[in-house]
Amino acid sequence: MSYARAACAALEDAMRADARVVVLGEDVGRGGVFGQYRGLQPAFGPERVIDTPISESAILGAAVGMALAGLKPVVEMRVVDFALCAIDELVNQAAKARYMFGGQGRAAMVARLPNGLWSGSAAQHSQSLEAWFAHIPGLVVVAPGTPQDNCSLLAASLACGDPVVYLEHKELWGLEDEVDASRTVPLGEAETVRAGEDVTVVTWSRTRYAALEAAKVAEAQGVSMEVIDLRTLWPWDRDAVLASAARTGRVLVAHEAVQVAGFGAEIAAVVAERTDARVMRLGAPRIPVGYATTLEDQSRIAPRAIADAGLALARRPRR
Amino acid sequence: MGGVAAFGATLARANVRGPLHLSTGQEAVAAGVCAHLRKTDLLTSTHRGHGHTLAKGAAMDRMMAELFGRATGYNRGKGGSMHIADFSVGMLGANGVVADGIPIAVGAAHALRAHGGDDVVACFFGDGAINRGPFLEGLNWAAVRSLPILFVCEDNRWAATTETGTTTAGAGALARAEAIGVPGRKADGNDVVDVWQAAGGLLSEVRKGAPRMLHAVTYRVKGHVSVDAAGYRDAVRHDKALERDPMVIAAASMAALGIPREKLEAIGREAKAEVAAALAAANAAPLPDPKAAYEEVQDTGAGRWRE
Repeated sequence: MSYARAACAALEDAMRADARVVVLGEDVGRGGVFGQYRGLQPAFGPERVIDTPISESAILGAAVGMALAGLKPVVEMRVVDFALCAIDELVNQAAKARYMFGGQGRAAMVARLPNGLWSGSAAQHSQSLEAWFAHIPGLVVVAPGTPQDNCSLLAASLACGDPVVYLEHKELWGLEDEVDASRTVPLGEAETVRAGEDVTVVTWSRTRYAALEAAKVAEAQGVSMEVIDLRTLWPWDRDAVLASAARTGRVLVAHEAVQVAGFGAEIAAVVAERTDARVMRLGAPRIPVGYATTLEDQSRIAPRAIADAGLALARRPRR
Repeated sequence: MGGVAAFGATLARANVRGPLHLSTGQEAVAAGVCAHLRKTDLLTSTHRGHGHTLAKGAAMDRMMAELFGRATGYNRGKGGSMHIADFSVGMLGANGVVADGIPIAVGAAHALRAHGGDDVVACFFGDGAINRGPFLEGLNWAAVRSLPILFVCEDNRWAATTETGTTTAGAGALARAEAIGVPGRKADGNDVVDVWQAAGGLLSEVRKGAPRMLHAVTYRVKGHVSVDAAGYRDAVRHDKALERDPMVIAAASMAALGIPREKLEAIGREAKAEVAAALAAANAAPLPDPKAAYEEVQDTGAGRWRE
């Protein structure tokens, strides 16, 4: 099952189980631009799979109103870059409603904001903004990297009752893998994708594949890399990371977002505060994503770069 | 309406933390619209929302307690004036961001339709809000989907400390709404009877599933916030505007209807007594336990407030 289809399956199950679950956003009626809503409007009708104008503020604001009035909205934002038009509604309204109103209402919703590089799409369609959302109290931040996780974590997000920023990756829609729709994955639980002894690579979303490639390169040079896919960024699986850090003594955080003030900085800081492990970050340079391949590649975190960083870290003695 | 006025008059002298946006002089809009609303109708409000909240049926003592930041307040002291809400009467919240209640009203109207029945949403916003994007986005969507919303532009003629007319092109709120396909009516926002009649007619259409716009022109008697003396206003025009006090106009209308003066005076006394009791209760109520700062943030990851 594809990554897009897996999310669709989770949503379809949730909509069958709970009449309060609705979808709203641009082009959802015809299945969404990536097929991530395919078949839902024919199955549930235009009042539950709601086609909206290109009005991001109103889409997210309406989702807040729906949630406060008893529905469970799933919001489609097309790409995270466009969600910036609705950042006020997400940050000032959705994230704070429950707290501000003293618990009288809550803006439980899943806001799907496809994140990350999108080949050939240049600066306004290629950003990775997870750190923005992880910074906001009230929000849950999820970044699934596999079809299974996209099914299980979407279901978990719908069930959790909090506003969830759900960051699918723009380049993973077609990724195929086996999916067991009945399998549950709790929010906040990382997956150790590969066991290793010398360096822990903490990553998420599409970068997990680059990290796995890097681990093969490193292994050929005698360095054993453990790869942890966080899957949920807030709350991230601190216990899993710290346990691995205690074993390997070295932690590399690799992500597609700009390295400066990226979420990797938060993880590196916590590891440094709580363990003796050496830490290193690897993210994109602080430049807009360029259009031409030679420019775009500057913002990609290649397996080779992760391997080099991991090997450099492995050469440093354990503390 | 008397309660709203008495509440506002007391607040102007009370020791409330932070920005306090009074709706003194605008009472007729809240009262005239909300008189038609059921408890199950929903309402979204603005940063100047005390009147809307009271008129929708919120209790004065819990409101006052919230404004005083007390644990017994509607929002447990977490919201204050700008976020006052009483979900039990369908008041879905004041709002600290101009125009942000409009899309929320759109979503609430979708939810009402999903639940069935003919309940509606009353969406209050000010004249400043019509220059923000959510006004266009929300009204367009409401028109396209035929959502049951009464949009109420409570036009007090001032956007913060700028006269709205100097920064607004075209013929104003109603013309803009009509251009989008949301027809409506203009009303004298200082005359509660006119507001009541206009809102009643429009709401009967809204209940059939058609958004409508009420443009109620009133006047902001106080400054933008309670500490703003509003010295930037033209004194002659300001004094002239004050001549049209909505409470005086309402009293004249009641007298013309043959309602005895004693009855009006009794209403005024009752309102003042209710405010005084609310004030005393709020002063005596406890502040929130500091632990409450960590409650109702989020369930997922609760406890992870620091790393």
